[in-house]
Amino acid sequence: MLLITCPHCGPRPELEFVHGGEAHIARPAQPEALNAEEWTEYLYMRANPKGLHAERWRHLHGCARFFNALRDTTTDQFVVTYKTGEARPDLKGPAA
Amino acid sequence: MQKFSAFELFKQGLNGQAGWKPQWRSPEPKAAYDAVIIGGGGHGLGAAYYLAKQHGMRNIAVLEKGWLGGGNTGRNTTIIRSNYLFDESAGLYDHSVKLWEGLSQELNYNVMFSQRGVMMLAHTVHDVQVFKRHVHANRANGVDNEWLSPEEAKAYCPPLNISDNMRYPVLGAALQRRGGTARHDAVAWGYARAADDLGVDIIENCEVTGIRRNAAGAVEAVETTKGLIRTPKIGVSAAGHTSVVLGMAGVRLPLESYPLQALVSEPIKPVFPCVVMSNTIHAYISQSDKGELVIGAGTDIYTSYTQRGGLHISQHTLEAICELFPAFRRMRMLRNWGGIVDVTPDRSPIVAKTPVPGLYVNCGWGTGGFKATPGAAHTLAWTIAKDEPHPINAPFTIERFRDGHLIDEAAAAAVAH
Ligand SMILES: Cc1cc2nc3c(=O)[nH]c(=O)nc-3n(C[C@H](O)[C@H](O)[C@H](O)COP(=O)(O)OP(=O)(O)OC[C@H]3O[C@@H](n4cnc5c(N)ncnc54)[C@H](O)[C@@H]3O)c2cc1C
Ligand SMILES: [Zn+2]
Repeated sequence: MLLITCPHCGPRPELEFVHGGEAHIARPAQPEALNAEEWTEYLYMRANPKGLHAERWRHLHGCARFFNALRDTTTDQFVVTYKTGEARPDLKGPAA
Repeated sequence: MQKFSAFELFKQGLNGQAGWKPQWRSPEPKAAYDAVIIGGGGHGLGAAYYLAKQHGMRNIAVLEKGWLGGGNTGRNTTIIRSNYLFDESAGLYDHSVKLWEGLSQELNYNVMFSQRGVMMLAHTVHDVQVFKRHVHANRANGVDNEWLSPEEAKAYCPPLNISDNMRYPVLGAALQRRGGTARHDAVAWGYARAADDLGVDIIENCEVTGIRRNAAGAVEAVETTKGLIRTPKIGVSAAGHTSVVLGMAGVRLPLESYPLQALVSEPIKPVFPCVVMSNTIHAYISQSDKGELVIGAGTDIYTSYTQRGGLHISQHTLEAICELFPAFRRMRMLRNWGGIVDVTPDRSPIVAKTPVPGLYVNCGWGTGGFKATPGAAHTLAWTIAKDEPHPINAPFTIERFRDGHLIDEAAAAAVAH
């Protein structure tokens, strides 16, 4: 079980969290302006990287708030967690 | 090829079993091939076999970064069934079951396909409605599936607990009698041996690290840890690593890779006659011919490439198993492992051409592609050879996500193997 550091509550066991998928996928500002390709990209296409992954988590059984994390998908190690709305920290991943 | 038969076994016995030869060669890669398959799991090896056998493409190679069947092929719980909801799925999965039925003969290799029946338990009113809908849809598609009462389910699988004081009581079950299991490694080895016999080069410990494209954008070569290999056609069958491999050609996919775990118990005498699955409480169980109980869980909650996953996921599954089969409470578990499964948003696979000329992909099988090994291999080979899909895999494109033609088995079943 992973130990995950909620930026609001500190380190807590994985059981208190749910995974929210890839982070920084913003809802289109002007949905009506998107064509089918752009909708596909927004709704379905994912980076799925082997290495550093920016992803959303939700501390469901705690403060219930969403936050973001950079995690290395080759080790499952959390490199950093940060609050929603903050920019992705500029880090080079161990496995890129 | 040295044929396997009772007579051959007897003959070799007279000779102290010393006359058996390796089942396939271990060649160095050539500088160029007519087609290259990336990934030496059952799907990739099978595709190479059908390319050679049915389409006469014999100057081809399978490149595997580790050992044959070391990916999900060798890590799965081997459940085979075809009772999926939608017409497209019934077509693809039942095509596979029909190929499984003749596979040992076709390959002269005992893949130990055993049609012992797959029983899916219903625990809620919603489950009952969904499964009955499946039974009707399957019958309309000529796929066998029948509804059982709790008592009939227990008669089919005596260790099952059908008492009504359980957290999730058994309200009935859907049974596909043609479903069952097969020997996972044998599928990879059988296809490898038969493909090798037709001239296919099977190259292990050869990781693809890059895909080169020509000025027109079409594929022209793969970069590997054993050097550059030229080829006009590439079929990718890399399961959990598909996003990584297609990323080498600049293609993005609607995939996410998750750990999926399984475990086996110590071996015991035959006690468990069939396969039982419970999607609602995330547990799957059968007994291997070695006697181990083979138990599968749901995926972990986060994406990963670690082939591990958390212990609490297995624990949750074992709790469900112990409630459904109280007789197994004191069993000891022998091994626990994980594989990386590539999951699509609609939980249906992609077997298709890609936007890059000469590049074909077979992926998105997620938690349930072992059952489809022969069908996926057969239709991928067709697609590569003819540069167009077989009618059976034609709906399973990447473009279905753009065009809204999802084959939404996810909504139909929540989770499934
Ligand atoms: C625990 C578990 C239980 C499962 N249970 C079931 C079940 O009961 N029933 C069912 O139908 N399905 C099940 N599945 C799913 C099933 O195992 C897979 O869908 C299926 O085996 C995929 O076969 P494959 O040949 O495509 O993939 P794999 O066997 O994973 O083969 C892909 C190969 O590609 C290789 N590769 C990757 N990247 C590269 C590269 N860059 N260069 C060269 N080679 C590369 C890998 O090393 C690997 O050997 C389960 C999976 C898991 C993990
Ligand atoms: Zn919190």
